[in-house]
Amino acid sequence: MSVTGRPETKVSAAVVLTDASPATSLPRRRRSLAGLWFVVPFLAVFLFVLVVPVLYSLYLSVFQDKLIGGRSFVGLANYSQLFSDPKFWDGLGRVALFLAVQVPVMLGLALVAALAIDSGRLHGAPFFRMSVFLPYAVPGVVAVLMWGFMYGDQFGLAGNINKLVGHELLTPLSPQWILVAIGNIVTWEFVGYNMLIFYSALRSVPSDLYEAAAIDGAGAWRVVFSIKLPALRQAIVIATIFSIIGSFQLFNEPNILRTLIPSVIATYFTPNMYAYNLSFAGQQYAYAATLAIVMGVVTAVIAYVVQLRGSREANR
Amino acid sequence: MSLHPRRRLRGAAVLAAGVVVGLALAACSSSGGSSGGSTSAGGAAGGSAALDAALSKGGELTYWTWTPSAKAQVAAFEQAYPNVKVNLVDTGGAGDNNTKLQNAIKAGSGAPDVVQVEYQSLLQFVLPKDLVDLTKYGFGDLKSKYSASTWGAVTGANGIWGLPQDSGPMALFYNKTVFDKYGLTVPKTWDDYIAEAKKLHAADPTKFFVNDTGDAGMTTSLIWQAGGRPFKSDGEKVSINLQDPGSKKFADMWNQLNEGGLLGNIPGWSDQWFKALGDGTIATLVTGGWMPGVFEASVPAGKGQWRVAPMPTFGSDTATAENGGSTEVVVKQSKNPELAAAFLRWLNSDPASVKVFLASGGFPATTADLESADFQGKTDDYFGGQQVNKVIVDSSKNVGTGWQYLPWQSYANSIFSDTVGKAFLNKSDINEGLKAWQDQNVTYGKAQGFTVTAG
Repeated sequence: MSVTGRPETKVSAAVVLTDASPATSLPRRRRSLAGLWFVVPFLAVFLFVLVVPVLYSLYLSVFQDKLIGGRSFVGLANYSQLFSDPKFWDGLGRVALFLAVQVPVMLGLALVAALAIDSGRLHGAPFFRMSVFLPYAVPGVVAVLMWGFMYGDQFGLAGNINKLVGHELLTPLSPQWILVAIGNIVTWEFVGYNMLIFYSALRSVPSDLYEAAAIDGAGAWRVVFSIKLPALRQAIVIATIFSIIGSFQLFNEPNILRTLIPSVIATYFTPNMYAYNLSFAGQQYAYAATLAIVMGVVTAVIAYVVQLRGSREANR
Repeated sequence: MSLHPRRRLRGAAVLAAGVVVGLALAACSSSGGSSGGSTSAGGAAGGSAALDAALSKGGELTYWTWTPSAKAQVAAFEQAYPNVKVNLVDTGGAGDNNTKLQNAIKAGSGAPDVVQVEYQSLLQFVLPKDLVDLTKYGFGDLKSKYSASTWGAVTGANGIWGLPQDSGPMALFYNKTVFDKYGLTVPKTWDDYIAEAKKLHAADPTKFFVNDTGDAGMTTSLIWQAGGRPFKSDGEKVSINLQDPGSKKFADMWNQLNEGGLLGNIPGWSDQWFKALGDGTIATLVTGGWMPGVFEASVPAGKGQWRVAPMPTFGSDTATAENGGSTEVVVKQSKNPELAAAFLRWLNSDPASVKVFLASGGFPATTADLESADFQGKTDDYFGGQQVNKVIVDSSKNVGTGWQYLPWQSYANSIFSDTVGKAFLNKSDINEGLKAWQDQNVTYGKAQGFTVTAG
C-alpha cells in the first residue's frame, strides 16, 4: 500500500499548492473544446496513477481479508481499529519527532550553504555547490548501506573508533541513537537538494535590488535579512512541505538498516514500514490501505497548514 | 547476491515422526529418457499416466526458486524432455519469494506453475486453497521415497501439496582452531555448552561462543528439541502456548547465555556474520544440515577450521530437531497443472535430479540418498576430511515428533524481532518476550478468522 500511498500524498500536496495560488479571473469566453485535448494526456495519467489507486484504497479500507473466511465488508471497523492501534501511534509519533528535529536542522544547513555560495565571497563556489549536491545523486539504498557500514559497532568505522578510544564512545545503531543516526543519513542526502532550491531562488533576485541596497549603505547581513530571506520565503515553504512529506514517508533508511539491527528497528518503526509489513508479511492489505489513507490525510492537512501560514506571512 | 539469503531455509513444518525408516523404494527409476522419469509402480496409474502424457506432449512452464542447483536441474530436465520448456526465475530468497507469490496470487495472474515454498510457510498457501492437491496425480505412491518428517511436512489438510526438496536435521558446527587455542571441549549437553561459553568469554571477551540477536527459526527449533510443542493447529482451530514446559526449558537455558551477556550481537546472514564465521569471532553454530553448503560457498576463510558434532542435548534426552527445508508446489493459477506436476515429480524424486541437487551441497529428503553409503561416507575437505553427512543423518533419526508450525508462521517470524528480539536486545528474560510474541500472534490469528486458544 505504501506504493499507492506515495504518489497520493505527494500530489495531494501539489494540489494544495495550486489551490492556494491566487485564482486567475479571466473574462468569460465562448467555450472551446480545443483546450481539452491539451489536458487529456495529463488527465489520463492523473486518473490512473492517482484517482484510481486512491479510490481503490478507499474501497479496500472498508473490507477485511482473512485467511479463514476470505473478504468481507466491515464498514469503518479498520479505521476505528487503526486509531486504537498502539503500533500506529508509535510510528506516527516517531516520524513526528523526526520531522520536528531533522527538518529544521536540514533546512537550516541548506539555507546557510545557499547563502554562502550565493554570497560571492566563497572561493570555488561551483565546487562547493557541486559537492554539497553530490550526495543527492547517490542512490538512496547505496547511501544507507554505506552509512550502515560506517555505523557498524562490530566491524564498521564506529567500531574502529571505539577500539581506538578504548570504550563504547559511538553506538549509532543502539536504540538511543538510531533516530539520530537515520536523521544524519537523511540530512546528508537532502541538504544539497534543498540548497539547490534556495540557491536558484536567490539567483532570481533582480540585481537592481542589491544595487539599491548598496546605495542605501546596507551591509552584507542587512542584505541577507532584508532582501535574500524575504525573497526565499516561498522557496522555504515549498522545501518545508517536501520535507514534511518525506519525513512522513520515511521508509528506505530504517528498512535497510533493519537488516543490521532487526530488534532495534521494529516492523512498525514508521507508518510506511508498518503498512509495508502489514500487507506483504501479514497479508492485511485492507488494513494497510486504511493506514495509507489516514497517513495521506494527515500529511495533506499538515502540508496545507504550512502552506496557508507561509502564504499569509508573505501577504502581510 | 551470493548464497546467503537463498539458503535461509528456516524451520520445517514437520508434522510426523523424524525417524528415517529405510523403506525400500517402490520402484527403481530410469533417469531421463522417454519412459517418463521415475514413477512408482502400480496405484493411481490413471493420474501418473496423465503426467507421462503431458511430458511427451510438452509445453511451457515457469518455475520460481532460490535453490542454487535449480539451473543445472532445469537443464537436465529439458535435455530429458525436449518438448518441455522451463522458464526459471531466481527469486533470491524465501522472504522475497513469498512476497512475490502472495502478490501474484492476490492479483489473480502472474504466478508461476511450480514454486519453491518453505515447509513452515506451506500452510498459509494451502489454507486459502491456492495450491493444487497432487493426490489425483498418484503422488501418494511416492510416500515411501521420503523421510517421514519431510513427507509429513508436505501433506496434511487432506491433501498432498508438494514433494520434499531437502531437510535440515540440526547439528553443532564448531571452529576447531578456536577450540584448540582456548582449550575448549566439544559440549555434549547444553549445560556443557554454557560452561564452555563462559570459559571462552573469560579468556577473550572479543570472541563469542555463539551469536544470536533473536532468530525465530533458531528459537522455535530449540523449543522443538526441548520437547515444547507451542503451536497446534487443526484447520481453523489453533492453540498457542509459548510457556509450555518445553518452551520454558529452552528459555531458561538460553537465558543463561542471554542475560549473562554471552551472545554475540551479530545478526545471522549479515555480512558481518559471514566475516565472523571466517575469522574465528564466532566459535560455534547450531543449525540445519544444509549449512555445510553455505559454509563452502560463503565462508571460504573458514576452510579446514570447522568441524561438525551432534547437537548438544538437554540432559540425557537425545532428541534433536530440524531447522529449515523446502518443498516445491503447483500453484492453482497454472494453465497446465499436469505438466507442472510432472516437472515437480521429476524435480524432487528422479535420481538424475537429486544427484544434481546433492552435487551442490544440498541435504536430501529422499531416504535412498540419506541411507546410501556413498552419501554418508563422503569426506569433506572443508571440514578437515570429516564425514559430515553421517553426523547429520544420525541427527535426523532423533528428531522429536509431533512438531507443528503456525498457519501464519512467516508473519509470526516477521514480528519475532519486535517481541522476543527485545529480550535479546535488553539481555532480559526471554520468557517475557515469548509471552509478548504469543499475545501478538493470538491477536493476529483471531483477526484472520481462526479460533485461537492461548495456553
